[in-house]
Amino acid sequence: MLLLIISIFIIGFAILFLRPTKDSKYFKFLSILPFGLFLYFLQFIPEIQSAKKNLIFENQWIPSLGISLDFKIDGLSLLFSLLITGVGALIYFYASSYMSRDPYINRFYCYLTIFMGAMLGLVLSDNLISLFMFWELTSISSFFLIGFNTNNEDSRKSALWALSVTGLGGFFLLASFVMMNSITGTFSIQELFSQSEVLQSNYQYYVIIAFLFLGAFTKSAQFPFHFWLPGAMKAPTPVSAYLHSATMVKAGIYLLARFTPILSDGEVWNMVLMCVGGTTMVVGAFLSVFKVDMKSVLAYSTISALGILVFLIGIGTEIALLAASTFILVHALYKASFFMITGIVDHETHTRDLTVLSGLKKKLPIVAICAVIAALSSAGVPLTFGFISKEIIYGSTFDFDFWTYNSVLILTALVLITNVFLTSAGLLVGIRPFFGKLPEKFENIHKPDYKLWLPIVILSVFTLLFGAFPFIADQGIISAVTTSIYRSQITQELHLWHGWNTILLLSGATIVLGFILYFIIKPSHKTVEKFDSLNRIGPQNIISVIAENIKLFAFKYTRFFHNGYLRSYILFIIVFIIGIVGYKFFNDVTLKINTNDLSPFRIYEFVIFVLIISAIIVITFTQSRLTAIVSLGVVGLSICLIFVVYGAPDLAMTQFAIDTLTVVLFVLVLFKLPSFLKFSNTKNKIRDGIVSISFGILIALITLQALFYPSNKEVSKFYAENAYLLAKGKNVVNVILVDYRGIDTMIETVVLSIAAVGVLSILKYKSEDEETRE
Amino acid sequence: MKKRENNIRPKLDTIILKTATNYLLPLLIMFSLFVLIRGHYLSGGGFVGGLIASIAFVLHSFAYNTKRTISLFRFRPLYLIPMGLSLSLFSGLLPFLISKPFMTSIWFLDSVAVIGAFGSALLFDLGVYLVVIGVVLTIIFTISENV
Repeated sequence: MLLLIISIFIIGFAILFLRPTKDSKYFKFLSILPFGLFLYFLQFIPEIQSAKKNLIFENQWIPSLGISLDFKIDGLSLLFSLLITGVGALIYFYASSYMSRDPYINRFYCYLTIFMGAMLGLVLSDNLISLFMFWELTSISSFFLIGFNTNNEDSRKSALWALSVTGLGGFFLLASFVMMNSITGTFSIQELFSQSEVLQSNYQYYVIIAFLFLGAFTKSAQFPFHFWLPGAMKAPTPVSAYLHSATMVKAGIYLLARFTPILSDGEVWNMVLMCVGGTTMVVGAFLSVFKVDMKSVLAYSTISALGILVFLIGIGTEIALLAASTFILVHALYKASFFMITGIVDHETHTRDLTVLSGLKKKLPIVAICAVIAALSSAGVPLTFGFISKEIIYGSTFDFDFWTYNSVLILTALVLITNVFLTSAGLLVGIRPFFGKLPEKFENIHKPDYKLWLPIVILSVFTLLFGAFPFIADQGIISAVTTSIYRSQITQELHLWHGWNTILLLSGATIVLGFILYFIIKPSHKTVEKFDSLNRIGPQNIISVIAENIKLFAFKYTRFFHNGYLRSYILFIIVFIIGIVGYKFFNDVTLKINTNDLSPFRIYEFVIFVLIISAIIVITFTQSRLTAIVSLGVVGLSICLIFVVYGAPDLAMTQFAIDTLTVVLFVLVLFKLPSFLKFSNTKNKIRDGIVSISFGILIALITLQALFYPSNKEVSKFYAENAYLLAKGKNVVNVILVDYRGIDTMIETVVLSIAAVGVLSILKYKSEDEETRE
Repeated sequence: MKKRENNIRPKLDTIILKTATNYLLPLLIMFSLFVLIRGHYLSGGGFVGGLIASIAFVLHSFAYNTKRTISLFRFRPLYLIPMGLSLSLFSGLLPFLISKPFMTSIWFLDSVAVIGAFGSALLFDLGVYLVVIGVVLTIIFTISENV
């Protein structure tokens, strides 16, 4: 399994080498990749149904940290894998025609393949860390796909929005995973199942679920983070169909479903999901019918559908989870088909404006039939798969055994409103462009080729097939999905016919009211503008104000600390050290100075001391750079003398050579500068004086303090004793450099080289630039 | 104005320094090699040796000029850096030949006059020596040419 996922990524990069113009007609064969994967995952269906053995593929990664690349197939991950590869195969096929004239089609397929690999990894991972890694990969590949039209500013902007919102969520998700790990000591999802009580009784439980929710809600575009999804519709249509309706946005749903058996406490978890999901589904559905762009309608109805899924997971009863599992499949089937239809309409007529489009059925008959099927499925008309899911969605709210009378009314009313608006939105996209009078300018549009309409036909066939024979889907996979969320064998089944009851009445009412709404609300640009003006107080605006302020703060912060003056960097560093070390020192350490073992005072020590002090005074008060540099050299050489006196000849030699070179370097650079133009004022001098004197005092105190403690000489003793035995060297310093810690030395030389190359490139390029300018 | 700027730095055109440098340069380089080689038994080593050798070249560039010093090399001092780095790496990889871990020191000759034992550690130090010369000369010459 690991090999499979890695090879997807490798193939993804290999696609980059296909040449767009020459090989364009071969891109349709790339759909063999997802289709092959689809067939591969299909073979797991019988094993999932029997549920006898766990399908786990174990791969070690970083065992010491508990991070593995274990993959596990259960009902939930299998459904998602099938959706990803199945819808993926259709999208690959579709895009080979839709994107055929794009000069960067190879990049497009590369991103798409990386996305598919990441998404498969996400749903199959059994380890929190690898799950997170794939989660972030989907965000990143989605960023490239949304911003695929790089020369369009809007597209770049919305790609950035999508990345920052989902990235923010990902950050919290990681925090949540790490907290789970610190409580349970494991990153394995399987092992978490048995520890769910430990997690729920921990005082950090609410923080964990809050962070997890943030991750899932941002990814799945829940209110108030929903705004990135309509923006993401700037992506090419196949991307919208694939990522932003069928797969990626459902990653949040997957996460919630996956963690329901672990983290659901029956109260807070469910209440939050129901509130957020409920708000999202109503708001999304309501907004969707007032849009004129087909893609906008679909974007908002997708948000609403995601809200329904979160809401159903929040309800958490057996039938609700069954409804959620079914609706994932239903929605993927009809929404992907809607998006591809929109793509065809856009491709042929070059507009997605619902106020202009009508009567296209004469020109695009096959597409029109599929559009009607999708619209009926979204409305929940019998014999489409949508009907089945709508029945059980109502079944899960209209459940007097579980809810009180009032909650049944409220919940059912919410779902009814949502469904009515969704029905109307579906009709808007599926019926409106195809019926009525054909405008003259569309008389001459050419027919789409088979690569465009075949995928839609396939999706429609499945919608009808599952609609007429729901047990195929149910026995096939839906019951296994529900089992893996519910964690115990389920008794409910999908039925076409539940008998004459209230739920059927509700379904009927939905369809009728939806049709009425469809005829009342006419798409117009005026209403769109009205809603746009409301955006000023919308969440997107609030968040962008926050983002602007963060940017401003970062700018000011950087300007203050990174002002480009070496002197202030040194000042900051030293003041910081004084602050933090001084605090620790005076707080936790009792000052003791051992005066007993001090060696007797020697006259040459005093001479060196006087030399250094007088050189420093000269540096501070001199008016010439050259004098300052030479005095600095005196300080350095005096320190050499100290090394000599205290028996460190190696250090002394090195210091001597370095000091010579430093003086040379200073002279080279500073000799050409004019004499000091501006002296630092008295205030600065006093400040610098205080800082350096207190730093000196601090270091002196620490040194004296260090003498008091018996030092651990084990390491140095080992080096000294074994230098000749192990390394055949008598100079311990050198043996440490070239042998004991040779790798350190090697890396240090690399650092030196980088410095040299840095100096060279900065100065050379600059001078060459100036030469060309002259 | 521009002309004055160029002339701000008076030429150190002293015949004594030039003559002295002619003798000092080889002496200093020999000394630096000596420091490098004795490093294993007495104070010294590749780093100090490299610094001493670079000082020798810097002295030469003071007596004459940078161009003349660079022309002493067959190539730019910059190329000493990769040479030194690969020599160090090579000495680290040598133990693989006798299937020992990376950077285990191995010894070719046990007692050579002056050097003592000759082994991969000395090769490694030689690499450091070359890198240091390359780095110092590159930095100083680049700055002196461009400032």
